[in-house]
Amino acid sequence: MEAPVKTKAEVISTINEFLSEEFEVDIDTIQPDANLNTTLGLDSLDYIDLVVMTESNFGFKVKPEDFPGIKTFNDFYQYIFAKIGLLDD
Amino acid sequence: MNRVVVTGLGIYSCLGQNLEDVRDALYAGKSGIVVDQERKDFGYRSGLTGTVPRPELKGKLDRRARINLPEQGEYAYMSTTEAMRTAGIDAGYFVDNEVGIIFGNDSSAQPVIEAIDIIRAKKDTTLLGSGSIFQTMNSTVTMNLATIFPLKGINLTLSAACASGSHSIGMGYLMIKSGLQDMILCGGAQEINKYAMGNFDALSAFSIREDAPAQASRPFDRDRDGLVPSGGAATVILESLESAQRRGARIYGEVVGYGFSSNGGHISNPTVEGPVRALAKSLADAGLQAADIDYINAHATSTPAGDASEARAIAEIFGAYGTPVSSTKSMTGHECWMAGASEIVYSMLMMEHGFVAPNINFENPDADSAKLNIISKATETTIDTFLSNSFGFGGTNSSLIIKKWKHQ
Repeated sequence: MEAPVKTKAEVISTINEFLSEEFEVDIDTIQPDANLNTTLGLDSLDYIDLVVMTESNFGFKVKPEDFPGIKTFNDFYQYIFAKIGLLDD
Repeated sequence: MNRVVVTGLGIYSCLGQNLEDVRDALYAGKSGIVVDQERKDFGYRSGLTGTVPRPELKGKLDRRARINLPEQGEYAYMSTTEAMRTAGIDAGYFVDNEVGIIFGNDSSAQPVIEAIDIIRAKKDTTLLGSGSIFQTMNSTVTMNLATIFPLKGINLTLSAACASGSHSIGMGYLMIKSGLQDMILCGGAQEINKYAMGNFDALSAFSIREDAPAQASRPFDRDRDGLVPSGGAATVILESLESAQRRGARIYGEVVGYGFSSNGGHISNPTVEGPVRALAKSLADAGLQAADIDYINAHATSTPAGDASEARAIAEIFGAYGTPVSSTKSMTGHECWMAGASEIVYSMLMMEHGFVAPNINFENPDADSAKLNIISKATETTIDTFLSNSFGFGGTNSSLIIKKWKHQ
């Protein structure tokens, strides 16, 4: 039996929760237009952990070259939506 | 040449996780040994081990620091923060002063095994995350603590098997004595997990007296049947006398002698001659005679061959003087990479508070230990100068001598 398809809102909620928990930031600071790097305080090593979290939560292989184009949380959401086949509502 | 003094002490061991609790446990002759069923289930011949709680570091260290720290690094962080408190310094001191770190550590088994398990299962190294590499390397303790505090002086790990902690203090002493550093955080750290000691258990080196854990570690006793592994961390802050006096630090004692040697023989079988040379060199370095030593903290781990060999070595140099001897491993078990540093802390506590901690479970001597004055009950006495032995696989030997500080 296939897992039920999540809505975009549910995926965003999942992303925000694991980012907030892992990088220990207030979940309210995670806003679509906020800068992902500065909000989470990421250094080069943290991007490795972001890859692990993304792969573990969504089950697809992340390519290192995927990340440089991601600036905001919304960029990250859109990247995930595309990878897991969530089309526009 | 600089004089080298001890200005900070910290301990995180199975006897307690601060100096006061450990002092009380040493005086009471308390054992920190338990049976770990997880080890038995995992295939260990002996489930005996010392045990310490994992510290909660969330709120004390940021995420990056915590991700990079393995178990023994957590213990070393705890013992070092206590040592810094006793030395009257905080991290700000390290910004303005070049302070180094030399710690004994000789394994980081659990992170290595867990990483390899992930690679085998997932065929994807990325999934190890960013912290694995910093947890797995042998220098994990010093690389992490030097980043956390942040230290700007000598920064290295010393691996010398079960003498690692002792040699780290010896090397720190030599560097400060020669004027290369003013202050070094020395110590030793030892992981306690089911992966760390399996291959040591494989040698049948561990006691199997599992029905009586507190009686299992019995150095020098006729009926000893092996050592009990243990761990945690200990920190000893060494400083030049000039630096300590300049900043008005409390001085716990002075490191006056360090002797080292290598047996040049079998990888695990001890000798008498090798330790005798280390003992003699430490006395010569200190400019002391055997009669000047008030207490010997023996390496004695509770193995039949090792204790006998050390007893003969001690008897050869100190036999005529009846020097009090005890092995605190009777209470702690063998803290391995950490032991040489923790046993300096234990002995410093005895010297400060005027007692010799007991060699518990010493009920009957054998032919070798009968030649020593082994203290089996806590004994109140004045210790002005003590000597601490540490030996390790490969025949590495270290003897340190520390004198009580008297206002001069």
